[in-house]
This record gives sequence, structure tokens and C-alpha cells, in this order.
Amino acid sequence: MTLDVTVNKRLGPGFTLDVALIAPPGITMLFGASGSGKTTLLRCIAGLTRPDEGRLVIGDRVLFDAKDGIDVPVQDRHVGYVFQQAALFPHMSLRDNIGYGLHRLGADERQARVATIAESFRISEILDRPPAQVSGGERQRAALARALVTEPSLLLLDEPLSALDQTIRSRIMDDLRRANEARRIPMLYVTHSHHEVYTLGQQAVVIDTGRVIARGTPHEVLDRPEQSVLANLAGFENVFDATVVERRERAGTMECRIEGTPTELEVPLNSAAVGASTRIAIRAGDILVGNEEPRGLSARNVLRGRLTDVSAHGPTMVAVVEAGARFIVHLTPSGVESLHLKPGDHVWLIVKTYSCRIVADTPWHS
Amino acid sequence: MDWQAIWLTARLASLVSVILLVISLPLAHWLTFSRRRWTFLIESLVSLPLVLPPTVLGFYLLMAMGSRSPLGRWWMEWTGHPLAFTFEGLVVASVLYSLPFAVQPIATAFALVDPSLREASATLGASGLRTFARVTLPLSIEGVIAGLVLSFAHTVGEFGIVLMVGGNLPGITRTVSISIYDRVQALEYQQANQTALVLLAFALLVLTAVYGLRRRPWAAAPIA
Repeated sequence: MTLDVTVNKRLGPGFTLDVALIAPPGITMLFGASGSGKTTLLRCIAGLTRPDEGRLVIGDRVLFDAKDGIDVPVQDRHVGYVFQQAALFPHMSLRDNIGYGLHRLGADERQARVATIAESFRISEILDRPPAQVSGGERQRAALARALVTEPSLLLLDEPLSALDQTIRSRIMDDLRRANEARRIPMLYVTHSHHEVYTLGQQAVVIDTGRVIARGTPHEVLDRPEQSVLANLAGFENVFDATVVERRERAGTMECRIEGTPTELEVPLNSAAVGASTRIAIRAGDILVGNEEPRGLSARNVLRGRLTDVSAHGPTMVAVVEAGARFIVHLTPSGVESLHLKPGDHVWLIVKTYSCRIVADTPWHS
Repeated sequence: MDWQAIWLTARLASLVSVILLVISLPLAHWLTFSRRRWTFLIESLVSLPLVLPPTVLGFYLLMAMGSRSPLGRWWMEWTGHPLAFTFEGLVVASVLYSLPFAVQPIATAFALVDPSLREASATLGASGLRTFARVTLPLSIEGVIAGLVLSFAHTVGEFGIVLMVGGNLPGITRTVSISIYDRVQALEYQQANQTALVLLAFALLVLTAVYGLRRRPWAAAPIA
């Protein structure tokens, strides 16, 4: 079963969702910032929003075709949908929620299927509780079970884990991966978290302002972001405009000066000529911090700077360093402690040449 | 005590509430979820009795029920007696007069149901009717009960429209409020007071029951 969809929908002045997508069985991550049109795409596929133009085929079933006037109603599409906030029916037990889509089956058969899927999502013990009396993670697992028990030909997931904390999230991702292996259906998973793209996705599609700007495996798409939009999305916290000042063909590198600063970085060589402008992206986690000048390192980029801020974001310490340009650096709490880092300190930043990625600033369309 | 008037009023109000429930559920559903642009016209029409003096509405209804109007003639041919100054005429008038009191709370309750619940129901293969019966209606039950109680109480308390359309026929159109007015006109304050007290006690009882039994909203706790 493969999903083949083209959707064109005007969402506002100057903003049109215009996407063509083929999703084979397996998990396809739809990745993009909020407001990029990901959710609208899911709603169009489910039949909850009507596209202006387009065509939607799952396997050999045509569910929508603007030209032929085909528009199969939501309830006849057999498309599972998992909402961001679970959307469990609050007046029903989890058992009745999960059995809701099986109303055409006999009571025995229905109970048997509910019991089986509850087992695989580890919620058998709490089936008789209403949604308000279970945890957020349990609610979302029940919502997954409710959608999958009807054996849909396609599963749509709209940021289903975004409201949950990291530990619960990764356990549900394991559940979802298992569910995916057991079923040969396409699953479209909307997210704005690059962690989820890496851990879940077999295919990643990046959407920006209503268009597909990149597609491929998660690593292809996220590790070598070729546009700055993507660099931001993919967790490249540092994106600098820069000018090429020297090409070192033999070393395979080039020297770039960050726009408006004297700071220079050595980056991998590409085709840009001396004097050309370019854009450099560096992950905050790829930058090392030292409190004295490092010696005997292979890293070519050692920058002197001043720490202006350190703050905790969950388990990560985020440091801001002024080194000509403003760098965001991620550290562990123990790293911050062992270096006695505090705002105002002089520090050295160490960046490997190959941690600097050259990105284009104009989106390309594939 | 005018037991005849009390019994008549109870019958009238019960019948009107049931008819209003049957009309208001689909009407409120349509008003809440229809994407048509002219729903506001129907909305203002339904809400008209809220602002119109009962005598104005009563006057037009009386005209409509008269033997010179198509409605009056059709009723006459069908049943053999006129609609005005009958119990049936009173029911028709009361249904129209209390319509907004039933439709508005129900429509508000429908609108408060999280749209993603109805969408989830549809993606699980439920027809529009099943989504209504299993999701929208159970989650709006408080609004529906409020609509029922309000239309019942409003019918019990109406005066002007009854007088215009029904007149004051004992056992046919003389409701409690007419009866009280009648006694006061006859300077029978003692009897007026007795009937009035029954009405007061009834109103208090209904409201206490409604507010006392009112359940907490269904809203699930936000995802932790």
C-alpha cells in the first residue's frame, strides 16, 4: 500500500499549500516549523479539509480527485488519525474509546480486538478508566491503539508526542516502531522535532511555507542541510552569513569571515569563489569550550570569546559566547561545573572544520 | 387553589418542552455546524421572541390562526375546528415563543464540544448521525437539560401570548398565570396568593434541582 498525494490549497494571502508526496509503507516524517502547512496536509489527506486542487490515492483506491469530482467522505476513507491532544472521548472508558471504530463488529470480536491491541500498547490494566484518570502518555497510547485497531490503510499522526516528556516519548516511539513493523501501511508523522525525525523516520520530507523543500532519509536531509531554513529546523543553532576570503584547494578547505565581524572560520571547500557570500551552519553540540587556550589540537578553528550567559534547558546547558559573532553552545551540567563557567568569563571555542556546514540561503524545490 | 389551571399548565409545558426538544436538536446542530453564510438569518428569526413583546407575537399568531389565513383554513379543514382559542393553538404559540430558550443553550453546548472529538469520530468510520448520538449529544447533555428546563419554565410563566392566542377558557386555555390574573381582577387575593405560591415553590424547586444536580464539565485534564 502506497500513498500518492498532490494537494493544492490556498491558506491565506500569499500562502498556498502546494505539495506532491509519495509515501511507501513505513514511517515518513513530515518535518517543518509550525505554520508551514504540515497539519493542513494531514487534514486534506484525512478528508477533514477540502483541497482546492489535487488527487489522493492509497493503494488502488482514489479518495480524492478534484478533476473527476471524487471526494470520499472522512468516515469512508479508512484513514487513521492521531491528534496532538489524543482527542479521546472524555465520556467513555479507554475500552469504549478503542472499540469505537469497531462498531460494525459483534461484541465478542470487538472485545477480543480491543484486548489484543491494549496488550501491545501496555494499557490492559487501565482499560476501564476514563481518559481523565490516566496519564498523558497512556492517553496517547490509547489514541494510537484506537486508530490502529480499525486496521486503517494509512495512519496520520499530528505531533502526537509533542506534549509529553522525553522518557515517555521515547517509550511510545518504541511502541510505534513495533506497530509499524507489524503493519505494511504508510504512516505520515508530523513533527517539528528533529530528534523524532532521527529516531522514527525511514523517510523524511521537509515542508516550509507550504512547499516540500527537501526529502530523503533523515540523515540525508538533516545532516547536510543545504538551506538555512532547514539548518534552523534541523537543530543547527548557529547560522552565520559569511564571505569567502581564501580558498585552500590542496587542504580541501576555505577560510570564511563571518559577516560584520573579524571572526574567521575554516570550513570545507566548495565551489564558492573568493569574495562570494555564503552561509555557515554549526550545531551547538558540535562546539567545544575551554577555559584556557587549547594546544596540540587538530581542530583548525579556535576562537577567543567571552561567555555572556549560561542557562539550563532541560538536561542541556545552553551557553552564549561572544566571539566576534554570537555562538550558541550546548554543554552538559557537569561540563559547566568542571570548568567553573560563569557569565563574564573568557573562554575558547573549538570548532572542527567539518562541523561547519555550508548552506544555501535560497530554498530549492525538488 | 385552581387545580384545573395547574394541571392544564403542566400538560402544556410538558408537551411544549418535548416538541421543542425534537425541533431544537436538529435546528441547533444545523445552526452550529452549517457552513452556509445565511445561518445568521435563521438565527435572528429563532431569537425574535427574545426581544418581541409577547402581545406582538400573539397578535400575528392570532391573525395566522384565523379562518382568513391559509394556516387557519388548513387547520379548520383538517380538524374541523379553529386553531385560535384552543389548547392546540396554545401549544403552537408556546413552541414558537419558547424556541430560543431551547435552541440557544443547546447550540452553545454543541459549539463547546471540542471539534477534534467529532473529527476523531469521523476518522473512525462513524456517520454523521453516529457522531451526533455518541459524541456531540452526550457531551452536550447539560445544555440539552438546560434547554428543556428553560423551555418548560418559560412556558409555565408566559402570559401575554396565552391571553392573545388562547383567551381565558377554563380547562382549555386558562393557564396558571391567567388564573392568577383573573383572581386578582376579581379581588380574590386569597386564591391568587395560593396559586402564586404553588408557582413560586415550583420555580424554586426546578432551579434548585438543575443547579444542584449539574455535573462538572466533561473536560479531560490537560495532558500532563
